[in-house]
Amino acid sequence: MAITEEPLALTTGETAAAARPLGALTRPQGGNGWRDWLSTVDHKKIGIMYGVAAMFFFVVGGIEALLIRIQLAAPEGQFLSAEVYNQVFTMHGVTMVFLFVMPLAAAFANYLIPLQIGARDVAFPRLNALSFWIWLSGAIFLNTSWFVGGGGADCGWFCYSPNSGVAFSPSNGVDFYALGLQIAGIASLIGAINLIVTVLNMRAPGMSLFRMPMFTWLMLVTQFLLLFALPVITVALFLLMFDRLFDAQFFNPETGGDPLLWQHLFWIFGHPEVYIIILPSFGIISEIIPTFSRKPIFGYSFMVFSGIAIGFMGWGVWAHHMFVSGIGPFSVAAFSLSTMFIAVPTGVKILNWLATMWGGKIRLTTAMLYSVGAVAMFTIGGVSGVTHALAPADTQQTDTYYIVAHFHYVIFGGGVLGLLGGLYFWFPKIFGFMLNETIGKVNFWLILIGFNLTFGPMHVLGLQGMSRRIDTYSPGFGFELWNLVATIGSFTIAAGMLVLFFNIWKSKRDAADLPAPGPDPWDARSLEWSVPSPTPEHNFDTVPVVEGVDEWWHRKYGYDEDKRVVRIATIEEAAQDGSATGVHLPAPSFWPLVLAAGLPLIGYGLIFNLWLCVIGGALTGIAMYSWALEPVDDPDAGHDDHHDDGHDDPDDDPEHATAVTAGAEGGE
Amino acid sequence: MATATLESHDTHDDHGHGTSTGISNTKLAMWTFLGSECLLFGGLISTYLLYKTRRGPGPDNTTIPTDIFDIPFTSVSSFVLLMSSLTMVLALSALTRGDNRATRAWLLTTAMLGGVFIGGQVYEFTAFLREGVGFTHNPASSAFYTLTGFHGVHVSLGIVMLMSLVVASKQGKLTPKNTETVEVVGLYWHFVDVVWIFIFTVIYLIPTE
Ligand code: HEM
Ligand SMILES: [Cu+2]
Repeated sequence: MAITEEPLALTTGETAAAARPLGALTRPQGGNGWRDWLSTVDHKKIGIMYGVAAMFFFVVGGIEALLIRIQLAAPEGQFLSAEVYNQVFTMHGVTMVFLFVMPLAAAFANYLIPLQIGARDVAFPRLNALSFWIWLSGAIFLNTSWFVGGGGADCGWFCYSPNSGVAFSPSNGVDFYALGLQIAGIASLIGAINLIVTVLNMRAPGMSLFRMPMFTWLMLVTQFLLLFALPVITVALFLLMFDRLFDAQFFNPETGGDPLLWQHLFWIFGHPEVYIIILPSFGIISEIIPTFSRKPIFGYSFMVFSGIAIGFMGWGVWAHHMFVSGIGPFSVAAFSLSTMFIAVPTGVKILNWLATMWGGKIRLTTAMLYSVGAVAMFTIGGVSGVTHALAPADTQQTDTYYIVAHFHYVIFGGGVLGLLGGLYFWFPKIFGFMLNETIGKVNFWLILIGFNLTFGPMHVLGLQGMSRRIDTYSPGFGFELWNLVATIGSFTIAAGMLVLFFNIWKSKRDAADLPAPGPDPWDARSLEWSVPSPTPEHNFDTVPVVEGVDEWWHRKYGYDEDKRVVRIATIEEAAQDGSATGVHLPAPSFWPLVLAAGLPLIGYGLIFNLWLCVIGGALTGIAMYSWALEPVDDPDAGHDDHHDDGHDDPDDDPEHATAVTAGAEGGE
Repeated sequence: MATATLESHDTHDDHGHGTSTGISNTKLAMWTFLGSECLLFGGLISTYLLYKTRRGPGPDNTTIPTDIFDIPFTSVSSFVLLMSSLTMVLALSALTRGDNRATRAWLLTTAMLGGVFIGGQVYEFTAFLREGVGFTHNPASSAFYTLTGFHGVHVSLGIVMLMSLVVASKQGKLTPKNTETVEVVGLYWHFVDVVWIFIFTVIYLIPTE
């Protein structure tokens, strides 16, 4: 609706709903429970949904990890059959990468980027909802292979051909892999376009590119990586799908197909993917460390340029995953060199974080512990990574547990720890209550210790020669002790995660007795901390005008004559008070959900029965058509106006409060 | 300024007023999308280059598409496709002048030229099939059909977009105020044409063996 001239007539939506033929699909008006979540186009709610779903899949992937570790705890394990073991480690990798880390990063990106750049929403709110629903339908589709596909994919997360061909993998697991990742890929592509346009186009006045917070910057680089990496795996997945479903001849060596093509295409995507996993975490760390060191980030422009450099260089190194595949000595030498160079911008980042902490007034909050832990663990993973860049060493280490140790230090140690730090950091902003710091520290130490117990010994196992992806091993190679330690470690991590969930539950319960955290509980630096917690639906009462890096901090602090930092305004004075009127927001819509629901049907159809394709296609087509005809703004909806009718504080509004609470409970 | 930012949702983000770059959201999104498409076609073209001479091992699958190309025929249909970029430009300029009839006429011509191209592709595919060179024949034919097929799907989607514009114009929804919608569809259309120049060169003009 256009800028509201009259105060709203409709707050409950009953009248309008009665007038419409669509029943359940009527646009909801005002926060009416689950329908509101299913049809929301608000970037904050979409962010929360991404986060909740990602944590759910973290549990799924974690259970798969525990199954692996139970099987390997002792020699000659009988817990899983070899076939099931293959499926479990494959689905563990796929789930963790595509259904946990990437969507959790998307959760933060969705919630925070518009707030950090001073925008009221992303550039295309309905497309934003669409990408969440498509991702979720792809994720669910992928996991239904356990039940209707004869088991999960069993070809490793990179599904090398010809192992992934029908000859070696006759169940439908790989079909689910190819189609599920295809669907999830569409979601990431739409999301990337949306966020790129948002960052480039929707910045508040004065928010030049070089005043953007580091998190937004590194997310922007990540989105460009997605934009260019996804189509490559899309091509690979199409070829695989054509091979499996329509007897094309791409990867079958017997008829002249080339299995190496898959490896090239996969890793041209796969190596940038590593940075797609790690850069969001770098961005989060770059927000947390300055906040809790009470210093601006050291070398802001170095941070930006090294981020961009990592983005570019990530493309030139893919074949370091293929040193033993027979690509020839020249290629091996070239890729070995390029891989070692990429350590340079990454090292720059680590030095910048250390320099930021140097001489700072450090507060060791849980978020800060996680960030420091992430930097330390990532450094270990980076160092073992440089040892693979040397092709001769890699030839020994490849496909041993040394690699498993290395990449977990990078993507779990560097990526996931950073994201969990972000969870503690932004939790009060998103849900309006703090997580308990004492429990948080227990949570952190359990995970950190468990992490090192699990993956540290894998370096040793790898050097001793234990191959990855074996379902068991014989006694007498010296593998027993370290495998047992690793299994104990993995249960320690699981315990740490349980403490996290307990913390959320308990903190929520205690929140009623504690003072509300207010807009800026950490005395932080960027604009999201200037708005109330939880953020009102319209984000900013007045769109901020930005004058420099760390805009929000500079509104609170200035310098006296001796150049000492002095407080110039309290948080309350500087903050926005959540009482804007006449703000105009896009109306909710069910069509993104319906459109996304059609895609898995098309997937099942390709595998089982083409009629399902027709149904799915029709559903998608109808949804697209209805979407196109639906006005962006519902002229008579009142959904966003519960701030306009005299409720100054969003928490006074019962419906708004319910919605937010629901998010917190379903949350974790 | 504040209001301008507020109004940039989905489709009604008017012509770039109020965006930080001055380019409208939709247009920037299309450019971004096309950047990504470059890699999609890059991957498909590389696959084709790798496979274009891979004959099957058996006696009945050794014919590859290159053996049976009808280059003059494809050159003509490529020319038709390139002409459609011209008519697309004419459609846009007609809309800028406010001449709705001419806009529709040029949009229809563009769609029709695209249709002729697709027709040519269908004809070529059936001719190949008659020679026994189907999708599953050998790696070279799989790669050929995949690459040209993907391009054909892109052209067909473009035709759907053009036809929607024609319908919108009939309903009076396409006015000189919406030139941008036509421009964005035009960007896509020109992109698909330019990609075809590459594909055509790679498949038909560079000699094999
Ligand atoms: C709870 C903590 C975790 C444990 C105990 C664990 C354990 C393992 C083990 C033992 C393997 C090797 C399986 C084999 O080669 O036979 C593995 C593979 C893998 N893990 Fe994890 N993992 C954990 C968390 C994660 C996380 C957070 C990620 C990513 C963000 C991840 C990504 C992967 C990937 C990509 C593979 C490779 C799968 C394959 O070989 O195809 N893991 N994990
Ligand atoms: Cu790599």
